[in-house]
Amino acid sequence: MTGNYLLQGATTTTGEVRDVVIESGLIVGKASTGTNHEVIDCSGLVVLPGFVDLHTHLREPGFEQSETFASGSRSAAAGGYTAIHAMANTFPVADTAGVVEQVARLGEDAGLVFVQPIGAVTVGLKGEQLAELGAMAQSKARVRIFSDDGNCVHDPALMRRALEYVKAFDGVVAQHAQEPRLTVNAQMNEGALATRLGLGGWPKVAEEAIIARDIMLTELTGSRLHVCHVSTAGSVELIRQAKARAINVSAEVTPHHLLLTEDLASGYDPIYKVNPPLRTTADVEALREGLIDGTIDVIATDHAPHPKESKDTDWASAAFGMVGLETAYSVAQQVLIDSGKSNFERLGEVMSSNAASISGLDQQGRYLSKGSPANLTLVDPNNSWSPQLQTLSMSENNPFTGIEMRGRVRHTIYNGEFSYRDFSIKQKAGS
Amino acid sequence: MRHLLSAADLDKDQAVKLLDLAEDMSDVNDREIKKLPTLRGKTVVNLFFEDSTRTRISFELAAKRLSADVINFVAKGSSVSKGESLKDTAQTLEAMGADAIVLRHSSSGSAHRLAHTDWVGSAIVNAGDGFHEHPTQALLDAMTIRQGAIKTPRGKDLTGIKVLIVGDLSHSRVARSNLILLTTLGAEVHVCGPATLAPVSLVPVGRVHFLLDDAIKLVNPDVVMMLRVQQERMSASFFPTEREYARIWGLNKSRLARLGENTQILHPGPMNRGLEIDAASADSKNSMVLHQVRNGVAVRMAVLFTLLSGEVG
Repeated sequence: MTGNYLLQGATTTTGEVRDVVIESGLIVGKASTGTNHEVIDCSGLVVLPGFVDLHTHLREPGFEQSETFASGSRSAAAGGYTAIHAMANTFPVADTAGVVEQVARLGEDAGLVFVQPIGAVTVGLKGEQLAELGAMAQSKARVRIFSDDGNCVHDPALMRRALEYVKAFDGVVAQHAQEPRLTVNAQMNEGALATRLGLGGWPKVAEEAIIARDIMLTELTGSRLHVCHVSTAGSVELIRQAKARAINVSAEVTPHHLLLTEDLASGYDPIYKVNPPLRTTADVEALREGLIDGTIDVIATDHAPHPKESKDTDWASAAFGMVGLETAYSVAQQVLIDSGKSNFERLGEVMSSNAASISGLDQQGRYLSKGSPANLTLVDPNNSWSPQLQTLSMSENNPFTGIEMRGRVRHTIYNGEFSYRDFSIKQKAGS
Repeated sequence: MRHLLSAADLDKDQAVKLLDLAEDMSDVNDREIKKLPTLRGKTVVNLFFEDSTRTRISFELAAKRLSADVINFVAKGSSVSKGESLKDTAQTLEAMGADAIVLRHSSSGSAHRLAHTDWVGSAIVNAGDGFHEHPTQALLDAMTIRQGAIKTPRGKDLTGIKVLIVGDLSHSRVARSNLILLTTLGAEVHVCGPATLAPVSLVPVGRVHFLLDDAIKLVNPDVVMMLRVQQERMSASFFPTEREYARIWGLNKSRLARLGENTQILHPGPMNRGLEIDAASADSKNSMVLHQVRNGVAVRMAVLFTLLSGEVG
């Protein structure tokens, strides 16, 4: 079913304008003679490695009113993703080999994007007892990233054991850094605005204290740590120092923490309620700087769909979370390219290859190297648009609605075939 | 003015006008027949997701004195835990013909949310939202302070009056609304409480005091407002014991003696006698507590009248 394509006149991340040839799903150096290629005019488009999201809440199984593999995969393809990582906080929780294999299979069935399951660190995300990490690593789903995301592995002894244990299969613990005792009833970033609004404050130290501790535990155990959704300037600095000391830590930042600030909470609209909370302009600047200078490795969406009834409430009753798969690229372009501070090579790293290497996905993030599976995203950096409330996600908790954006995904090629072409999702054969 | 959600909704002119109107309403309360026909045919719903008998009765009486029909809806306990949504309840009550909804809710911003969504079209009065605001309490406090400090209060603001608010400021909607409204009216507002409970960012530098003895000496206040201490703050380690709290932040006989002869003592009620205020202070001639309760009805009449008759502002 894989066709042959000639992407004509695409601009590479280094600025070279050239043709990219795909034959039988693989990148080839030159078009073979005697083979018919469908020629696609790619002038003005930048070709990037297919995006890899390290942090997606697909909600299925268990919360199909928010998202399913079908809708989440469509949203991912439209966002330029060729691989996504399904977070473990489903029902049942992805804490056994059986569940992660099921997740991988459901992803395959949806067929628009590679779905790599993330395994829970502890049974039921309860933070009490290690889940069977080895079984998940050795299953067909070959899990490498383990996370209790949504909950913090806050028990220091348990975190230490998890870090030690995953070394056996080159695993990594992805920590949701949130000291629970410092965030009881926390609703938004702690500070003058939270005080004025009467909303429980979420101190930055609740994140930073855990990151500092985990960096030390990672050094002690010689293991590998990934920090989810970094949100404060202090966290960036801690990670910068850890990297300077050659401790094996990686970090992600979400598009919303790169763009939005706590001021949006002023109207009490829970569409802006998220965990970790939106912070200040100074934090946004530090996160952007960390992304550009290499402290932060990855932009990960933390795409967290919720049905309308979970947001159409007063602030305290509302669920935490925002959707973000379809807007991540535009935010990345704004921060790295339109700012004039970085370049498309770096964009390819933070949107694709770094995530692929953290997760050990050898079919992803390989860009145009000959013989690689064609997982590519083509973007139009000059397309101006503004996102609608309704995206391809089933949920409408979209904080980017109406914001003027520049740069948009035009085509996504997953395993040599278009999953998204000319702003439209590929229809499944026979449907 | 369509809603009253925050003390910040009022500029100085509007606040003074509302207080003057409350004085007129207060005169009605002195008549033999304490009733005006103004809001006949209007329906006011008291939608209380938290128990607060005093506030609810005060609003109920205010609406009845203006001849409005009143419905009380009290959802006991936590609405959230019972799965009762604010949206559904408010829509249900409006469908029955509510013109104004007086909302008390444990979630900060709930009144704002009710007013700014398409859920309902009624006028909304915030009767206390979480740790956020309680604007009619601030209005009744301002009215009390103005009456106590100024002989002919009508038309006057509170310029030059020094107010000291004492207690748990972080979790107090009363303190927040008072800080805003009294400042708008020109008063000099100081706060005092344990550092664990002091919202430093809300008050200008130099007006936050940690020890009550220091505050009394430094500020020499015209008004001392004692806030109610909530038991659960102690269990969450905001301060160690009731005894220690009373010792350092309680208003007692010895501190009363150090206040000016005409210093007004306010308390939003209900009082924890022996904790934040002792009997001598609560029952002294300086205590304005019953004036506050009385003014509460007048202020709420003024607010309901303003929102529902379409006049003023």
